Amino acid sequence: MVRADPSPPMTAYLLKRLAIAFATLVLASMVVFAVLEILPGDPARLMLGMNASADQVELLRNQMGLNAPLAWRYLHWAGGLFSLDFGRSYTYSVPVIDLVRERLAVSLPLALVALALSTIIAIPVGLYSASRRGRAGDTVAMGAAQLGVAVPNFWFALMLIYVFAVWLRLVPAGGFPGWGAGAWPALKSLLLPAVALALPQAAILARVTRSALIEVLNEDYIRTARAKGLPYRAVLWRHALRNAMIPVLTILGLQFAFLLAGTIIIENVFYLPGLGRLVFQAITQRDLIVVESVVMLLVAAVIAVNLAVDLSYAVVDPRLRTRQ
Amino acid sequence: MRLWKTILAAAVLTLAAGSQSFAARTDLVIGIPLEPPHLDPTAGAAAAIKEVLYANVFEGLTRIGPNGEVLPDLAESWTISDDGKVYTFKLHTGVKFHDGSDFSADDVKFSLDRARADNSVNAQKGLFAAIDKVEIIDPATVEVTLKHPQGSFLYNMGWGDAVMVSPKSADTNKANPVGTGPFKFQNWAKGSSITLVKADHYWGAPVFLDKVEFRIVPDAAAYVPALLSGDIQAFPFFDPDSLAQVKDDPRFKVVIGSTEGETILSINNKKPPFDKLQVRQAISYALDRKAIIDGASAGLGLPIGSHMSPANKDYVDLTGLYPHNVAKAKELLKEAGLENGFKATLKLPPPSYARLGGEIIASELREVGIDLEIIPVEWAQWLDQVFTKKDYDLTIVSHTEPNDIDIYSRKDYYFNYDNPTFDKVIADLNLTSDEAKRKELLGEAQKILADDAVVGFLYELPKVGVWDAKLQGLWENAPIQANDLTKVKWSE
Repeated sequence: MVRADPSPPMTAYLLKRLAIAFATLVLASMVVFAVLEILPGDPARLMLGMNASADQVELLRNQMGLNAPLAWRYLHWAGGLFSLDFGRSYTYSVPVIDLVRERLAVSLPLALVALALSTIIAIPVGLYSASRRGRAGDTVAMGAAQLGVAVPNFWFALMLIYVFAVWLRLVPAGGFPGWGAGAWPALKSLLLPAVALALPQAAILARVTRSALIEVLNEDYIRTARAKGLPYRAVLWRHALRNAMIPVLTILGLQFAFLLAGTIIIENVFYLPGLGRLVFQAITQRDLIVVESVVMLLVAAVIAVNLAVDLSYAVVDPRLRTRQ
Repeated sequence: MRLWKTILAAAVLTLAAGSQSFAARTDLVIGIPLEPPHLDPTAGAAAAIKEVLYANVFEGLTRIGPNGEVLPDLAESWTISDDGKVYTFKLHTGVKFHDGSDFSADDVKFSLDRARADNSVNAQKGLFAAIDKVEIIDPATVEVTLKHPQGSFLYNMGWGDAVMVSPKSADTNKANPVGTGPFKFQNWAKGSSITLVKADHYWGAPVFLDKVEFRIVPDAAAYVPALLSGDIQAFPFFDPDSLAQVKDDPRFKVVIGSTEGETILSINNKKPPFDKLQVRQAISYALDRKAIIDGASAGLGLPIGSHMSPANKDYVDLTGLYPHNVAKAKELLKEAGLENGFKATLKLPPPSYARLGGEIIASELREVGIDLEIIPVEWAQWLDQVFTKKDYDLTIVSHTEPNDIDIYSRKDYYFNYDNPTFDKVIADLNLTSDEAKRKELLGEAQKILADDAVVGFLYELPKVGVWDAKLQGLWENAPIQANDLTKVKWSE
């Protein structure tokens, strides 16, 4: 058997992926900037309200630098991104990077805890269901998963609040005291939101795990493994799960991107100062520079996660290391 | 089983810890729906800025009281010259800003001159338009000379936009507000909360609370659990639709008061066919205010017949001018040559009074043959398209500024209303200080607007407050944008 050295194609593969990622970022920055430019609404008028004169609004627009030519503003902003200078928020008048850092201190731990929770729940449930396919245990588990997918997460969040915050008073009903208040109070306030986020994700992941496993379990090599006398458990863990990981990892990658910014509803229900709410608030206040910068950051995060997922395919499936 | 025991034990402990304090509490967490963009009341229109800082951190020469009355504040007294043009303010002495510097006449001159300067971005610059000059007589006396007598000058000086700031901190108030009030700013956790603590030296009556946190709760669905869990003890502006869950609970007080928010169906008066009086009158006849209040505001809120709050002392009841009358509305449309009805658009900003009220109004107008296309818009879009560019037929909005009937006389305002008779009344009013004469002029102004059916007058936005039953001293009404905590305390 001829075995190619895995490193050169791997490096070329990486470089190619990085180049594509960079081009995607540049394209995204143009699209984001253009879309927000077309959006009707004037941040200066929003700040000054209905009693200010047109002259005053014009004055504030000048102060905010909104009257500079379009191309100049784009280049100024996009150029700043390279040196990680995201500009200053129109409404808060502080550097955007500070805002983002504060919000990430909430959103990132929340996303990670939720992701970990959903994985810990989903993989065993998926394994259990797949190995007991069609039996009572499978039906119950998949019924629960169906429910988890169907129940709106804000409703589930409210139920959690009523039980654990209002009735048992174990955790606060919402809000975030900040990491300055100590690790435990901060973590405690992220607990319910993490559960509310994790369960619907876990439900999806469990179903994907189950169907991927069932597909794999029908493969010939599984029968071969069983035929040569490997115990069922070993077949399931060593052969089936590993081969079923590709779709599972894909979903996990998508879920992380979703959990980072798509949690606006949960952030509202628990009034957490997360990234999703920052974007939402910035859009309604036409704090365009914040929207643009955060969206770019998320684009970068999604690209990075996708890259990581692609690379992890190669880890779970050695065949992929040489295919490029 | 063990798990349940642990959970129960933890719950009992938490409860016990929560009820340990027997002395009256001195802390308070207040829920507010919107985060202020910054913390300088002299540089932005957002109500949230004043609802955190007015009367608490910042004070003006005068202030507005719980029922809309003008009270002395940093000015302990004043005299007005016979021609009504010169106001001499006597200031309190021994007043300090939170940074330790003294407050004196210099700061008054600085604050007023800054607000009316050419490069001022004060959102209510009009309040200062009548000022001709501000002179320092001595450290405790300031003389303000007006270009012409102005009846509302003392009231204007009580607005949140007219508070006194120090030249040392004026430029940094947005992030670190420094005022003369009984509370000083401590911390702003962006997106989460703003904390005020009792100021070290306060010149006036001492306050009862040591620490107040304004917590930002954007979702009305979170209000009730936050109250029930005790995390937040007061929502001065509660969501009327969630009232059912707390109104019979003895732990909470539900207080329905009035605001200065005239909720109206604004009409583009220059755009045909709305330029015809009969058409606007037909719309007024077609509106069933009771149904609108029930549907858009949970039955709370008083109907209005012109642009004035029923809580205002100068209010004239004109709600009987255009009673709900479909036949009469159709007749007027026929007179206007529109017996077959017409099509128009209705642009609705995000608040629920607009979105819910809009649906009801559209169906009421359909009954008389006016077919409305509903267009939901964001605030930014509304300000841009409707307010600035006047690209609209009809819209619903609440005008929340107090005593703002003069907006109908403003040139180029989005109503596109132009009536020299009305403008004359407002011009006279602006020059009049005599209370009886002002009342007469304000009554006349209300009458003209109602007769002209300039807009569809709907109802006064209610102030629905819900707070812990043991909490005292929060305002029932909202005569001005404020959450004044100077008299708030816990009973026991």
